[in-house]
Amino acid sequence: MASLTQRVRLGAPARTRVRALPRGLWALPPVAALALVFLYPLFLLVRQSFTPDEGGPMTAAYSEVLAEASFQDALVNTVLIAAGATLGCLVLGFALALVVAFVPFPGARALGRFIDIFLAFPSFLITLALLFVYGTTGVANGLWTSATGAGSGPFDFLHTPWGVLLAEITYFTPFVMRPLLAAFSQVETGQLEAAASLGARPRRIVRTVILPEALPSLAAGGALVLVMCLNEFGIVLFTGAKDVVTLPVLVYTKAILDGDYTGACVVAVVNIALSVALYAGYRALVARTGRREGGARRARAQQ
Amino acid sequence: MLVHSNKARAVIWTGFLLLFVPLFALPFAVILAASFATTWSGALPSGPTLTHYQDIAKGDSLNALVTSLLTALAASLLALAAGTWAALAAQRLGGRGKKVIDTLFMLPVAVPSVAVGLSLLVAFSQPPLLLNGTRQIVIIAHTVLVTAFAHQSVSAALDRLDPAYEQSAAALGARPAYVLWRVKLPLLLPSLTAATGLCFALSMGELSATMMIYPPDWLPLPVQIFATTDRGALFSGAALAVALMAATLLVLFGVSRIRTRASYR
Repeated sequence: MASLTQRVRLGAPARTRVRALPRGLWALPPVAALALVFLYPLFLLVRQSFTPDEGGPMTAAYSEVLAEASFQDALVNTVLIAAGATLGCLVLGFALALVVAFVPFPGARALGRFIDIFLAFPSFLITLALLFVYGTTGVANGLWTSATGAGSGPFDFLHTPWGVLLAEITYFTPFVMRPLLAAFSQVETGQLEAAASLGARPRRIVRTVILPEALPSLAAGGALVLVMCLNEFGIVLFTGAKDVVTLPVLVYTKAILDGDYTGACVVAVVNIALSVALYAGYRALVARTGRREGGARRARAQQ
Repeated sequence: MLVHSNKARAVIWTGFLLLFVPLFALPFAVILAASFATTWSGALPSGPTLTHYQDIAKGDSLNALVTSLLTALAASLLALAAGTWAALAAQRLGGRGKKVIDTLFMLPVAVPSVAVGLSLLVAFSQPPLLLNGTRQIVIIAHTVLVTAFAHQSVSAALDRLDPAYEQSAAALGARPAYVLWRVKLPLLLPSLTAATGLCFALSMGELSATMMIYPPDWLPLPVQIFATTDRGALFSGAALAVALMAATLLVLFGVSRIRTRASYR
């Protein structure tokens, strides 16, 4: 009893001290720093896109850039490559994660760690590696020429959108696999065994038991990969193809190579709008998944 | 547990390896192999040599490696400080305030890195802050890009932290500053070091924003790799890439050692 009163007595002044300092004040320094180096520059970027170099109406730069064939090509390229890469990552990531989680083999755990390391490396290394595998003097073409005696090999797709697509699928698949593996670890093995003992084939178990459980993580992973593909720069730059221009590459070309800042800002605003909208969707998906998983965990803990 | 017959399992594993090895293991193997080679026109590289590594030790590439390490160190420490502070402040605010801060600090992930670089270029090429062409602008860009990851990881750890520890410390009369320094931060240490490692790795490999803003006297390693491969010296580029990966892995490994020691507390 004595200890209880002591605790109450000691706790009371501490609480008033906390209340004496406005709580919002602590949040001010980091937010101010972020505003200075991120929000304010972003605001200036948008303002610059509305101040054409040659004067005229505010949206002059927009109507000029949006009408350019190079911009339209870049927009179509970006969206098509991002959509294709996301689809590829989802299919490949789902298949690979399924094997790692449900048909485990010795070393499957080490593989999970390998995936984490993979995520720490920059994306352009993949394009560099593909140059040695499928490039004009790479493994694949070397094998072909030494086997058939031909002058050059058949693999010449690295400088086309297909090369970018392959590199992006390779690099971003682990981003789909990681949340999927986390979701798969929540699936009760009892459910799978019950389904199997009732005569369900593996294909049916995947479709009716595992897929519904994994769908939120699959959607969240896919949305994240879609955003990252839209913003990918290193892979496309290292491909070095003149006819594969995406929005980020167009921003770079306009600003650094042509010195046209206003045009670059216009393209950047379009790119930002596209990816922020998608990212908001991704966050909403993750928030829904998080709530569901949290609820499931709590329910299990109560059992 | 899903497939019970041995034969079917073997088929699935073979398919898995046929997909996994060429797609994910091969890239690192070929870069490593190429860094020791002079030509590659068959199944395997030929002309074993160490000259690419010797070139790194004496040329501009060493400068680039040091530049990258310093930039990544500065950016990850700044990001850790800002991200942790914001996460702690957000948790204290709670409710809508937390949501606003979390969204603000996650925003740099959604904005393309190239656009972040361009915005810094636009903002800091004019008074009052003239930073264009300095090293600081590179460090600022990297910090902006990686702070989101530090914030996210620290704030996830804060959510998992059992409030009983700080409550009992406060109930025993510890001042808020003491609780933060002696109770909360030590408990958060594993995730703080993990966040630092992640930020360091991301900053080491950052290319998009850096390409927009790097000054000639502060050229990080990814830019050097691009310049090298762009002029056709693929094998030197591979050696540089190996140096980049090795430095990143070394730091990640060191950071994970801190984590294991801290988790014994």
